[in-house]
Amino acid sequence: MSGPQLGLAVSVFLACAVEAVEALTIVLAVGVTRSWRWALAGVAAATAALAVIVAALGPALDAIPIDALRVIVGALLLVFGLQWLRKAVLRAAGLKAQRDETAQFAAETDSARAAAAAGTGFDGYAFTIAFKGVLLEGLEVAFIVLTFGSSQHDIGLAAVAAGVAIAAVITAGVAVRAPLARVPENNMKFAVGVMLTSFGVFWGAEGAGASWPGGDAALLVLVPGVLLVSLGLVQWLRRAPGHPAPVGRPA
Amino acid sequence: MSWLVRALRAVWEFVVGDDPMTALGVAVALGATAVIAGAGAPAWWVMPVAAVALLALSLRRAAR
Repeated sequence: MSGPQLGLAVSVFLACAVEAVEALTIVLAVGVTRSWRWALAGVAAATAALAVIVAALGPALDAIPIDALRVIVGALLLVFGLQWLRKAVLRAAGLKAQRDETAQFAAETDSARAAAAAGTGFDGYAFTIAFKGVLLEGLEVAFIVLTFGSSQHDIGLAAVAAGVAIAAVITAGVAVRAPLARVPENNMKFAVGVMLTSFGVFWGAEGAGASWPGGDAALLVLVPGVLLVSLGLVQWLRRAPGHPAPVGRPA
Repeated sequence: MSWLVRALRAVWEFVVGDDPMTALGVAVALGATAVIAGAGAPAWWVMPVAAVALLALSLRRAAR
């Protein structure tokens, strides 16, 4: 492999790994907290849609208005994320009943069994969030392969590098799935609210025409920033005058 | 037409949820970002500031 080819492969690998990690984060978040079945169905549907789009458009792929897609996905993620975060902050501040995770798990297991038996139980939230996240990031991976690959006249090598990056990220995702499932549900919902809000802010601003300092690396500041602000809001609510006694905490 | 109304209501509840002010605020913030970016000025800061403000206002309404 020549020097330029190695440079192309490493560049595409790193760029696609970043996009794949972003998609994986969204899928893990809705899979762990909502429904793995419908999150993975969203992933499958997005992958199929991507295959159709790439096959139909080929090199004309860059005609897709990616910024419009970013605005729509970013706005939806931000609205969903802020709603999750509001409920999570209220729970953490003792202003909303904490979910008794053991009882909740038993109830959800029962209802899941009932839904499975009835053949129903479609989780539109998990499906839609996973679908949009994977479709958006998948399109970005396709753009990276197309632009980097065509600039070096080696789209095949770029596609292989992208495939290796995606496989590596999926392997890492499978490895962290089990540990994530042991995190208490209330903490996980807080984390999901932080992640959805951060990605919503990032994609929404990018789609509306803003340029982030540091590009995708801005997420490394955004996510902890949103977390710190949320924890600060929990403290603010706890210290607010007239704060009631904590409600509904599980024994 | 009732199925259309039901479908629109389902979409509204799915997207907007129980806090329409937050959804409206997100739309306004995206518009402001587009205007500022279109004028050639740095606009990345608008969405983080808006998200923090919208969350704080939403929590204040909910905590009352």
